[in-house]
Amino acid sequence: MKAAEFRYERPESLAEALALLEDTDLDATPLAGGQSLVPMMNFRLAMPGMLVDLSELDDLKGISEDGGGVRIGAMTRYVDLAGSDLIARRAPLIAMALPYIAHAAIRNRGTIGGSVALADPAAEMPALLLALDATITVQSSAGSKTHGAADFFLGMYETALEDGELVTAITIPAPAPHRRFAFYELARRHGDYAMAGVAVSATGAVGAGCTDFRVAYFSVADRPVRATAAEAALDGKAPMDGAEAAVAALGEIPFAGDLNAGIATKLHLSGVVLKRALERL
Amino acid sequence: MQETRTISLSVNGEPSTIAVPVRQNLVDFLRDTLGLTGSHVGCEHGVCGACTLEVNGAMVRGCLMLAVQADGAEVITVEGLADSGRGADLRQAFIDRNALQCGFCTPGMLASALEYVERGGSSERSAIREHLSGNYCRCTGYQSVVDAVCDVIDGRAQS
Ligand SMILES: Cc1cc2nc3c(=O)[nH]c(=O)nc-3n(C[C@H](O)[C@H](O)[C@H](O)COP(=O)(O)OP(=O)(O)OC[C@H]3O[C@@H](n4cnc5c(N)ncnc54)[C@H](O)[C@@H]3O)c2cc1C
Ligand code: FES
Ligand code: FES
Repeated sequence: MKAAEFRYERPESLAEALALLEDTDLDATPLAGGQSLVPMMNFRLAMPGMLVDLSELDDLKGISEDGGGVRIGAMTRYVDLAGSDLIARRAPLIAMALPYIAHAAIRNRGTIGGSVALADPAAEMPALLLALDATITVQSSAGSKTHGAADFFLGMYETALEDGELVTAITIPAPAPHRRFAFYELARRHGDYAMAGVAVSATGAVGAGCTDFRVAYFSVADRPVRATAAEAALDGKAPMDGAEAAVAALGEIPFAGDLNAGIATKLHLSGVVLKRALERL
Repeated sequence: MQETRTISLSVNGEPSTIAVPVRQNLVDFLRDTLGLTGSHVGCEHGVCGACTLEVNGAMVRGCLMLAVQADGAEVITVEGLADSGRGADLRQAFIDRNALQCGFCTPGMLASALEYVERGGSSERSAIREHLSGNYCRCTGYQSVVDAVCDVIDGRAQS
């Protein structure tokens, strides 16, 4: 099918974009990489009256140092994250996960801001941001706000984003010394949305006990979730020493089934991906 | 009345300035307005890869980009590749290895494979399969496509 009709605007400044987005009568909708929005429009699952194309907003693009961490503009594409030295050094977890997010041609256009704003429960990026204690900055004509990742993703395709607001940047704090990361997902086909996946971070020397675990799942519930009981089971242990206890503690996750798998399968796969991620930590 | 916008772009090296309906996908513009039917349309939601083509040096889904977003862009389709000779070895390898049967997936498959080869991808079969995982082929079973890409990488390494 083809998209329904809409008005198209390509503002050249953030202020202009934010003013256009105040038009709730026309359901003014931001267009980033279009890799989720355009398919929804082609299928008429989305029929916005106005598209506000963000592609000219240079303020929203690029990756920069921020303290010891890194600030990523919302319109930064996956392909640019993959090519970034700063990401490889400061946010290696993102670098690890990128090859699993969709396919090369989708990564050439899809943006981090689009993924964060969409909040698909099966998407990798929101879970990565939970494991990284990232913050998400949003802006409207009235000003800007910053949310912790845990307070931003509220449900299936549901976020703290309000009408007239844009995601402008994602900030990842400096990793603590000896911070380690791992990522693992199971998908039917490389690049497809995963049936279950997990991002893990922890602090500790290789072979030693680790603390401050983050175990963040995607594609198992209605939103990205941290498995806090599993984190507690791992605390102070070398990753593989705590693995069995952590897997046994996964029942706390509010699992939700989808077209790929029911709740029992999601629980089982969550244990599989966690063990494989811990082996890689 | 549907909204239109005038865009200027270069398609296969030829500049044009033309009004497009804003809701028209890039691949439909190329096929229906410019008559470049080499890029195919399968699923229209980014999954099959048949519409893959080059915009500003990067392979993208022609069904997930609006024509109006190609304003100022350089677009290269499979016709342009044939005219310029770029990737001629890849096309020959597809023929030699029987990497196409009905040919529906081929323009997109060539585009994705060319991006892989040109950016120096390895001839490891699993890496090639991962890169091409976004392109569906309902005929070949992929084996011969991977054979063709391997041949080209090996051939380019030797020359
Ligand atoms: C075949 C295929 C496979 C895919 N596989 C995966 C996968 O495995 N994992 C994965 O995570 N994703 C996958 N995707 C989705 C892809 O990653 C999208 O690029 C991403 O989800 C959305 O980013 P975008 O820039 O394309 O956003 P768009 O499609 O442009 O926008 C998505 C939504 O976010 C809104 N939006 C965009 N930017 C902003 C902003 N700055 N502020 C506020 N709202 C905004 C839009 O209005 C829209 O509602 C896949 C897509 C396809 C077509
Ligand atoms: S038609 Fe574009 S990916 Fe299938
Ligand atoms: S050759 Fe028929 S779909 Fe690939």
